[in-house]
Amino acid sequence: MKEKPNLTYINALSGGDIEFEKKLINIIKKEFPIEKEIYFKNLKEKKYQEVAENVHKLKHKIIILGLENSYELAVTYENNLKEGSLDLKEDFQIILKSMTNFLNTL
Amino acid sequence: MTSIIIDDEETARTILGQLCSNINGLDVIDEFSNAMDAIKFLNKNEIDLIFLDIHMPDFTGFDFIQTLKNPPKIILITSDKNFAIEAFEYECIVDYLVKPLSLPRFIKAINKAKSFKIESQETSTTSPNINVSSDRELFVNIDRRLIKIDIPTIKLIEAKGDYILLKTDSQNYTVHSTLKKIVEKLPDSQFLKVHRSYVINTSKIIDIEDNSVLIDRDVIPVSRSNRPELMRRLNLL
Repeated sequence: MKEKPNLTYINALSGGDIEFEKKLINIIKKEFPIEKEIYFKNLKEKKYQEVAENVHKLKHKIIILGLENSYELAVTYENNLKEGSLDLKEDFQIILKSMTNFLNTL
Repeated sequence: MTSIIIDDEETARTILGQLCSNINGLDVIDEFSNAMDAIKFLNKNEIDLIFLDIHMPDFTGFDFIQTLKNPPKIILITSDKNFAIEAFEYECIVDYLVKPLSLPRFIKAINKAKSFKIESQETSTTSPNINVSSDRELFVNIDRRLIKIDIPTIKLIEAKGDYILLKTDSQNYTVHSTLKKIVEKLPDSQFLKVHRSYVINTSKIIDIEDNSVLIDRDVIPVSRSNRPELMRRLNLL
């Protein structure tokens, strides 16, 4: 079954501290679109080493949102990019879309 | 135990801050999104522990560690498991945490850091202060890396449009900067602007002719207006 973004990690981290959860989610909502934009810009400009760096950073947010399989896919995609390959690009972008949709509901 | 957090990602700093708030006796004094600001802070402040991200845009965690003369204990934080072997080549690195961070693993790392601190206090008779010597060292940004240059090894600097060519005893560097900016970073007693395009290290002069000085194999022009100051600095017989 396809995994879905969730707040399991954030809830465990907060220990029930709702204020912290809100704060962290707001920061993710602020940073994620910027990181995503930089990723697409570098992808468009075919700067694949930079794209790999962008994926590296996005990976953290993928795992924070509980997407363990997607995280592994991102690791492979990052390595592909370092070797100049775009394999898994489409799959990675589906993950980004799923995260975007999820964050919009919060 | 006092600490700072260095990570370019605000999300990561916030998570670390939350984890630190669970530990009695661990104070986060400040947090930094880039290594240069942290270096400036560490030039003026002593702390016990650094939480350091390895993967930062302009300056890796390892580059950062190499700038510290007496580094405090460091806990590395990264999304990449591949740096673990390199990490433990540094004596100051207490532990290596892979994101996402969890509280139980974080507590383990802090306990390790506490015991490291006791060892260093018992064996060291000098204070473990951090000192990035700004008198002798200069960092220049080349291809997104900050390269350390030993100031006394600089022979001369030549302006080249939007760049400067920095020649040292061992290597030449092309840096996106201006003569004016670099002169501000160099000791006045040692360096002199002799021409609108040249700054020289006066201790490297081999000989002087009317309108030029010889430094190593470079003949550097001396403008008329700068010559009196150059002559004043020489120990003339």
